[in-house]
Amino acid sequence: MAVAASARTNPLREWWWRHQRSISPYIFIAPFFVLFAIFGLYPIVYSFVLSFYKGFGYGPKTFFGLGNYIHLGADPRYVHAVFNTTYYAAGSVFILSPLALLVALAVNSQFVRWKAFYRASLFFPVVTSSVVIAVIFTLVFDQQFGLINTFLSKFGAGGIGWLTDAKIVMPSFIMLGIWNWLGINMLYWLAGLTGISHDLYEAAYTDGASRWQAFWYITVPLLRPITLFVVIQAIIGSYNLFAEPLLLTGGGPSDASLTISLYLYEQGFENFNVGYASAIAYTMAAFLLVLSILNIVLFRGYRTSEY
Amino acid sequence: MDTQVSVDQVTKAGERARTQLPRWLAPGGILLNLALLVLVAITAIPYLYMAFGAFKPNDEIFGVPFTFWPTQPTLKNISDLVSQFEFGRWFLNSVIVAVGGTILQVLLSSLAGFGFAKYEFRLRNVLFTIMLATLLIPFQVLLVPQFQIIKAFAWFNTYQALIVPGAVSAFSIFLMRQYTIGLPNELLDAGRIDGASEFGLWWRVVLPLVRPGIAVVAILSFTSNWNSFFWPLIVTTRTDMFVLNLGVASLVGPYDYQYGMLLSGALLASLPVIIVFFIFQRQFIEGLTAGAVRQ
Repeated sequence: MAVAASARTNPLREWWWRHQRSISPYIFIAPFFVLFAIFGLYPIVYSFVLSFYKGFGYGPKTFFGLGNYIHLGADPRYVHAVFNTTYYAAGSVFILSPLALLVALAVNSQFVRWKAFYRASLFFPVVTSSVVIAVIFTLVFDQQFGLINTFLSKFGAGGIGWLTDAKIVMPSFIMLGIWNWLGINMLYWLAGLTGISHDLYEAAYTDGASRWQAFWYITVPLLRPITLFVVIQAIIGSYNLFAEPLLLTGGGPSDASLTISLYLYEQGFENFNVGYASAIAYTMAAFLLVLSILNIVLFRGYRTSEY
Repeated sequence: MDTQVSVDQVTKAGERARTQLPRWLAPGGILLNLALLVLVAITAIPYLYMAFGAFKPNDEIFGVPFTFWPTQPTLKNISDLVSQFEFGRWFLNSVIVAVGGTILQVLLSSLAGFGFAKYEFRLRNVLFTIMLATLLIPFQVLLVPQFQIIKAFAWFNTYQALIVPGAVSAFSIFLMRQYTIGLPNELLDAGRIDGASEFGLWWRVVLPLVRPGIAVVAILSFTSNWNSFFWPLIVTTRTDMFVLNLGVASLVGPYDYQYGMLLSGALLASLPVIIVFFIFQRQFIEGLTAGAVRQ
C-alpha cells in the first residue's frame, strides 16, 4: 500500500519539481488575493447591491431602487454628518497641514538642536490608540476641571464647553486632530524637505535671494508632490474620525459632532439598517474619490499655469 | 540696495554664528528651539496628565485644587481594574491578536513580496496594480458585508475574526517587495543549483536577508493591531473576548465616575506601543513615510 502510494506521488513530485518555478509565485501571492476576495471584493459588490435594498439585519429585504440615496439627501442627520466631517477635513487641510510644514521647517533648520528628540516627542500621539486619546481628552476638555479651562482660569477666562457647546465641539475635535496627527504630517513634510538639494539654496543665496524668496521659489514648488500626498492623507484620515466622537460626545450635542463614520456605525450596527448604512458608505467612498481627483486636478492645474 | 545690504548682514551674522557659537545659540536658534519646546510640552502634558491621573484617587482627578503630580500616589486604581474587570484577559487578548496578526503579516507579506519582486509571471503587473488599488478602498464600505461574513462563518467572539481579515495588507506586501527587489538574483540561482525548492529559497535565503523590512512591517502591524478599535467593536460582544481598547472604551460609559480605573486602563493600554515606538523609532519613520517618499 505504502509502495503504491509513493509510486503514485512520485510523478506528481517530479512534475512539481519541474514546474514549481512558474507556479510558486502564484502560490506566494495567493493568500492576499484569497483574503481580498472574501473580505474585500465580495463586500464591495454586496454592499453596493445592498444599498439599493431596504431591510433590517438578516431579515428579508425588498428592492428599494435609489430610495436609500434619495432618503439620504432629506435626512438632516446625514447632512449634519457630512457637514461635520467636511468641517473637520477642512481643519486638517488648512490648519494642521500648514502647521506641520512650519514645524518641519523648524525641525529641519540648521539652527535647531535635538532634532531626534523633537521628532520623537511630537510623534508619539500618532502611535497612541484613538480610545486612549479619547480618554486623554476627557481630561483636557472637561468644562469644570479640564486642563484647558483650568489653564484659562488663571487668566480670568475658562468655563468653555469644549464638548458641550454645539458651536465649539467641532473646533475642539480639530484641536484634538492636530494634537494627534501633527507628528506624522511633520514627518511627511520632512521627507519632502530632505529631498531638496542644498545646492539649490546655495545658488539662490549667492544670487542674492532672501530666505523668504528661497522658501517661496525653491521649497514650495519642490514640495508640491508631497503637498498632494499630505492633503490626500489628511482628507482620507478625516473621514475615519470615529472613536473620539463616539466616546467623548456620542456625536452630540444634538448631532453637532456626528461624523460620517459614526453615523454609518449607528445605522449599520446599532439600528441594523444595513441597506441605508451601505448607501452612506458608498456616498462616502464617492466623496473621497471626488476629493482625491479634484486635488490631483487642482495641483496639475497649478503646475501648468506656472510654467 | 537696502535689501542687498540686509542680505549681506544676515549672511555675515550666519558666518559669525558658525565660527563662534553653536548655531542653536544664535538668537534665531534660541527662539526656534523655545518654540519647539513649547510644542513638545503641549504634546506631552495631556498624556502625562493622564498617566499621573492613573495613580490619583478618584476625588483628586476631577477636583479642587488642581494637581498635576499625584499628591497621594496609589496603585488602587490598577488593582481595582484587575479585580473588578477582566483586565488581565483583555490584555492577553490584545497580545494574542497583536502578536498573532504580526506573525501572519510578516510571513504572508514577505512571501508575496518575494513573489512580486523576484518572479516573472503572467499578469504580474496587473495583479500588483490591483493590489495597490485596494489601498484606496475606504474600509467603511466593507463593514456591513464583512459583519455578515463573520456571522456566516460563526466567527463572532473568536480570535480568527480579530486576526484573519487583516492578516496580510497590500501596504506590507508593497514594503516587503521594496526590500526584496534589491537582493542579488545570483543568490537565488545559487540556491536553486544547490537543490533548494522555491519555498525553501524564501525561507532560507530571502527571509534572513530582508530582516530590516521585516522589522518595519512587524512594528507597523503590531501597532495597528494593538490600536484597532472599529473592527473589534463589531465582531466581539462578549466581554471576555474584548481587546484592551474595547475594554477601556467599555469603562467610559457606565463607570465613568470611576475615572481612576479608566485612566489606569488607558495608561496600560497605551504603554506597550509607546515603548515599542521609542525603541524602534527608525523603523516606524521608515515605514510610515514609505508612502510619501515614493511620490
